[in-house]
Amino acid sequence: MSLQDRIRHCLQNDVLDLFQCQGDLFVQVPRDRIVQCLEKLRDEPGLEFDFLVDVVGVDNSALHEKEIKAREKALAKEKEKAEESGETGVENEPVVLEVPPRFDVIYLLLSLKSNERLAVKVKVPEEDPEVDTVTTIWRAADWPEREIFDFLGIRFRGHHNLKRLMMWEGFGSYPLRKDYPLQGKGEERHLDYDE
Amino acid sequence: MGLQAYSGPGWLLTKAEQIINWGRSRSPWPLPYGTACCGIEMMCALAATYDMARFGAERPSFSPRQADVLIEAGTITKKMVPVLRRIYDQMAEPKWVIAMGACACSGGVFRTYSVQQGIDDVIPVDIYVPGCPPRPESLLYALLKLMDKIQQDHPLYKQRADLAETLGVER
Repeated sequence: MSLQDRIRHCLQNDVLDLFQCQGDLFVQVPRDRIVQCLEKLRDEPGLEFDFLVDVVGVDNSALHEKEIKAREKALAKEKEKAEESGETGVENEPVVLEVPPRFDVIYLLLSLKSNERLAVKVKVPEEDPEVDTVTTIWRAADWPEREIFDFLGIRFRGHHNLKRLMMWEGFGSYPLRKDYPLQGKGEERHLDYDE
Repeated sequence: MGLQAYSGPGWLLTKAEQIINWGRSRSPWPLPYGTACCGIEMMCALAATYDMARFGAERPSFSPRQADVLIEAGTITKKMVPVLRRIYDQMAEPKWVIAMGACACSGGVFRTYSVQQGIDDVIPVDIYVPGCPPRPESLLYALLKLMDKIQQDHPLYKQRADLAETLGVER
């Protein structure tokens, strides 16, 4: 059985998407099922993804904005074309373009038994940026999850020490979000002997 | 400075200020504070090939209490600012600061939210050394410039002012 088939067989209905990108295999799973899915992938004989390489967060907002602009342009062009050809009967329904969830959290797995790699992806919406922690499965997820919290503001439910990792305590923003200016919002740090 | 030593025990005629400055400028013990690639060039300047000890920077002092010159070589992130300030405050007077490299002078290429745009916002700087990173010769030149600066100092004026303030008299 190919790796794709084995993963489908293991995760069954939890596979929302399974695709190859730049030579890496990605599987998208529901956000609230991430812990169970990773446990299954770790324990299933024949898969045994027992090593967590890294956890990364992605802010897709700039990409989504670009895509939506392109789609709006295409729609406008279509409409123009329809008007030119004199098709007056076309119903002008206002098209609502759906924005996909803003953030991704990607778990990079490696099987030390078969040397196969897999990326597990969950989509995280901006309004409720929360994912269950996987530190219960791999303690190695501790700092990567803190890093994602620090830079993107995604909270990990159940994490035992969810504090900022790179930036200092009291730094008010999430600097790797695409709407954060590169030069910062004037955050400064001073030495205060009274603290 | 007048010196007479070719007959008898010899004598020395000088001003206290001059001899204090002479002593200070010939023993600027550095506190190496390397936070980035400039630190490598600083190590090179301290090591045998360039041998900064020739100019009296004899002993790299890793304790701020025994150091005279803070050589800040590298990027200072904003998270590091309190540490730098505390180290500077721990140094005993008289003290001088060399800001080595583009990052220490101005933030360099890192015009971002996490990097301090020049350490002179945090501590006073005496000598700026441009370069990314500067060659060891540049650091040696900065040290020579600092020695010139120390020699133009008036260490006793400040003492006099302090004394006048303590006694409550007009200067």
